[in-house]
Amino acid sequence: MGNKQTIFTAQQLDAYQVSQEKLLFHRYRDLAPQLVPLDYTNQPDVRLPYELIGSMPELKDNPFRQRIAEVFSEDGEGNMTLDDFLDMFSVLSEMAPRDLKAYYAFKIYDFNNDDFICKSDLEKTLNKLTRNELTEDEVRMVCEKVMDEADLDNDGRLSLEDFQHMIVRAPDFLSTFHIRI
Amino acid sequence: MPKKSDNTRKLEDVGIEIDGDPDSADEVKNTKSKGGGKKPTGKRGKADDSEDGEDEDEDDKPQKARRANRRKAAQQQPEEEDSDDEIPQRRAAGNRRRGKPGANGGENGENKRNKRGGKKQKEGKGKGGGKKKSSSEDSKSEGGDEEEESMSEGERARLMEEVEEKKKLIANIRNKPWRMKRRLKHLKEAQLFVDKFEGALGKGKGRKLYAYKVMMMKKWIKFQRDFDNFKTACIPWERKIKEVESHFGSSVASYFIFLRWMYGMNLVLFSLTFGLVVIPEVLMGLPYGSIARKTVPREEQDSAMDYSVLTDFNGYCKYSVLFYGYYNNQRTIGFLKFRLPLSYLMVGIGTFGYSLMVVIRTMAKNADVGGGDGEDSEFTFAWKMFTSWDYLIGNAETADNKYASITTSFKESIVDEQENQKDENIHLRRFLRVLANFLITCTLGGSGYLIYFVVKRSQEFQNMDDLGWYEKNELEIIMSLLGLVGPMLFETIAELEEYHPRIALKWQLGRIFALFLGNLYTFLLALFDEVNAKLEEEQEIKNASIWFTKEYYANYTLNNPNDTGTPPPMDPADVIRGPCWETTVGIEFVKLTVSDIQVTYLTILIGDFLRAMIVRFLNYCWCWDLEAGWPSYGEFDISGNVLGLVFNQGMIWMGAFYAPGLVGINVLRLLTSMYYQCWAVMACNVPHERVFKASKSNNFYMGLLLLILFLSLLPVVYTIMSLPPSFDCGPFSGKERMFDVIIETIELDLPSFLGTLFTYAANPGLIIPAILLMVLAIYYLNSVSQAYQNANLELKKKMQMARDEEKNRRNNKDSTNQVMKDLEDLLPNRSNLPPAEEAKDKHEEKKAKVKPGAAGNGVNLQKDVSLASANPNARGPVTQAPGPRAPGPGAGRGRGQGPPPRR
Repeated sequence: MGNKQTIFTAQQLDAYQVSQEKLLFHRYRDLAPQLVPLDYTNQPDVRLPYELIGSMPELKDNPFRQRIAEVFSEDGEGNMTLDDFLDMFSVLSEMAPRDLKAYYAFKIYDFNNDDFICKSDLEKTLNKLTRNELTEDEVRMVCEKVMDEADLDNDGRLSLEDFQHMIVRAPDFLSTFHIRI
Repeated sequence: MPKKSDNTRKLEDVGIEIDGDPDSADEVKNTKSKGGGKKPTGKRGKADDSEDGEDEDEDDKPQKARRANRRKAAQQQPEEEDSDDEIPQRRAAGNRRRGKPGANGGENGENKRNKRGGKKQKEGKGKGGGKKKSSSEDSKSEGGDEEEESMSEGERARLMEEVEEKKKLIANIRNKPWRMKRRLKHLKEAQLFVDKFEGALGKGKGRKLYAYKVMMMKKWIKFQRDFDNFKTACIPWERKIKEVESHFGSSVASYFIFLRWMYGMNLVLFSLTFGLVVIPEVLMGLPYGSIARKTVPREEQDSAMDYSVLTDFNGYCKYSVLFYGYYNNQRTIGFLKFRLPLSYLMVGIGTFGYSLMVVIRTMAKNADVGGGDGEDSEFTFAWKMFTSWDYLIGNAETADNKYASITTSFKESIVDEQENQKDENIHLRRFLRVLANFLITCTLGGSGYLIYFVVKRSQEFQNMDDLGWYEKNELEIIMSLLGLVGPMLFETIAELEEYHPRIALKWQLGRIFALFLGNLYTFLLALFDEVNAKLEEEQEIKNASIWFTKEYYANYTLNNPNDTGTPPPMDPADVIRGPCWETTVGIEFVKLTVSDIQVTYLTILIGDFLRAMIVRFLNYCWCWDLEAGWPSYGEFDISGNVLGLVFNQGMIWMGAFYAPGLVGINVLRLLTSMYYQCWAVMACNVPHERVFKASKSNNFYMGLLLLILFLSLLPVVYTIMSLPPSFDCGPFSGKERMFDVIIETIELDLPSFLGTLFTYAANPGLIIPAILLMVLAIYYLNSVSQAYQNANLELKKKMQMARDEEKNRRNNKDSTNQVMKDLEDLLPNRSNLPPAEEAKDKHEEKKAKVKPGAAGNGVNLQKDVSLASANPNARGPVTQAPGPRAPGPGAGRGRGQGPPPRR
């Protein structure tokens, strides 16, 4: 359902086409001008805390923002270096290939980092998506259905393979798993 | 910040280089997702090599296969070295991921190899065969001596290739799931390498072209995106409807989509009518007051501007361009010689023609959409869960809507699912449904009889004088009571049936429609009675009018005996005029439409808004909880609103011929009701208790509309074909029949041979065969479509079967088929095989995944195919040989076609 509300004007998109990294660097720096030096020659070890990352307009309304930050940050806590930051936006950019996106989507939805999406991960995902508005029965039922549909080896959890098998067939995965900067 | 800028430049490459070669990208991806493991890589290497060999064989045909083989061996060597070269660097770069370098090395090598194959082909195209030959020759000699001296020919070629590989790496680096640091490192190396050696080798010719292509590709993507955005922005009320949809579900939104569609259609009708009839008449026709039909009669002039008269569409309204009677019967008007009467008739017919066409076309299109649906796809819930959040959302309000819409859509799917799972007492259910239908048929019959009875009575009343208020309005009162009670009754009865809400809505719609039809046709019958009476009256008035005119002139000559010239024409206000039944009918329809608008709007205001206000604010000081208890907030009445819209449109179609202004009124109505109802539903209504998904196509609504269109076509065509037009008003006055205009035009304005042609075409001998032919065509097409439908069903079944089977195969410990199980038990050494087999399966899978040349979406297909074909005998007689299983896109997953011996 294309509630597409882009936050950027055509000019900014243009900018993104031309020099995405410069733009990204400035976006990164703007989050904390006092922390991030302008000079990156000697690879300073700067990390922005999750609070700052999560408050970016691109992420602040995303129910999975914390997961996104955790997955892409090197320390797994959501604190990001510039490299992580660039990583994140390159994966979420329009041009990233589908399987790359699928891989990271899997990691994002794998809340407990055990390399499988299990029932509890599904429940968490669902509750984040619906803001806990479904009853417990409904949640259970939906999770069972998801497992039933996507779990091909019947081990009660979704492996990366199952996930990819399912997600590459989704018609709007590419168009929704994507952030414009 | 010089270094930084350097950094940036490279980053640019990382981030922006477009995925030039999707195939190789996918492969790389797959290698990665498999996550390390040297063995598969090795195997893959072999597969690749053979492919490489093929490539080259193709390229230089003269070479012998033996030579090719040797070359392969030779090639293997330098490649290994390449990857070895890189490994230390990588180790330095990525200490963190100690586990991976091996895999990555393989990956790289692989990348290069693919690269080589692809590149060579490209070069072959670009530079012809000569270059090719030399390079292959070089690679042959490469085996032994490479670490050494200056630029031999071979060295050069190898360097060339390496440079190309590096370039490729640069191009593809963004597709690798590496940390940015590592990517940068690789990129820097590759870039350095390219910079260093490219100069020596001369700039690659293709580079500029490639850059240009990339640029154009980017531009194209951006353009497509902008264009999509533009298209979305051009759909009116899209956001409004989305908002409603997100809170009330797709069923309520389907009403608004229908409303929007109606608005679009009416806009076309409006421009037709106004552009070809109303505006020419206003601009070029005679002005108001010039002739009798354009003037208010003398006795009405005093009250013609009164508000009460105007709201009844009498007085000035009646003699305005809004109604049929105002138009003059001049054959051509204005300096353009515009044939207004002809245009009037054509627009009248065109309105129906266009509406029919649009409705049918939309139905066909919707049926198309409904056919290839994702409705019963295998991943309904999984996709909803993992792909429904739109990461582009960066606005709190939109996000709120999205949450609501996701929740709603989950609820919709849950309702559907529960419906599927319901195990029911089928006999009881059937009995109840039959009972319900019986009850409803009784109700419909009863109401039909009631209407008939009341109409009869009202005809009797017409001849009586002393009638009370009730007797006068009996018909209307009974009608509206029926319209009020009927739907509620139906709804109560429908609860017996316990249909899914979506199906229940259809039944409800159909039943109320049947009920209202009686309403409509009573109205029409009454109207026709009136028209017939007027027609009789008209003959007398016509005579009286002629007599009166004659008398006027006679009087004039009597009174002014000296005047020899022609007498001044009579004041148009004084002329005796006929009843003009067309205008009467037009007024009747306009009144009906306007009162319908008023009633609808007032109902919303009182029934929804006031109720919501009371519930909301009186709740603070009331004995029970108003919001949860009895009155509560209203739900959006889909069936009522849809039917209101459909019947309103019927009125428009019927009335538009007699009141061209009606179309304009309707456009205004639809426009306002879009905003008004959107507001009302968001402000005062609550979602349905069981939010349900609308059927994909709005075809049920369209079907109702088509029916109404047909029903409204009948009376209009009847009047045009068989009733004589009024003698003194409207564009067809003075003619025997309205369609005489066409005959007149054919006779007077077209060359004579066309006239004879038309006479031939109108010959029954020609028309009857034509109709027969059409009937035959319909029959044929119908049977064809049925055949397709069957085939579709069959295919769907097959797909389902294929899926089940795939699942069973994956966890092939327990197969569904008992016979198969028994067979397996019979086979020797079966008992301990499954685990090993499984492992092997996985193994094969990995290998298959990286098969070169797997096109983007073909990856998984290929995997499946080779999964099955890699060890065809793993399950003894059960599995099919790989041969007949075509790896085409359709057949890829089609395991269900299954081997014959099994069934």
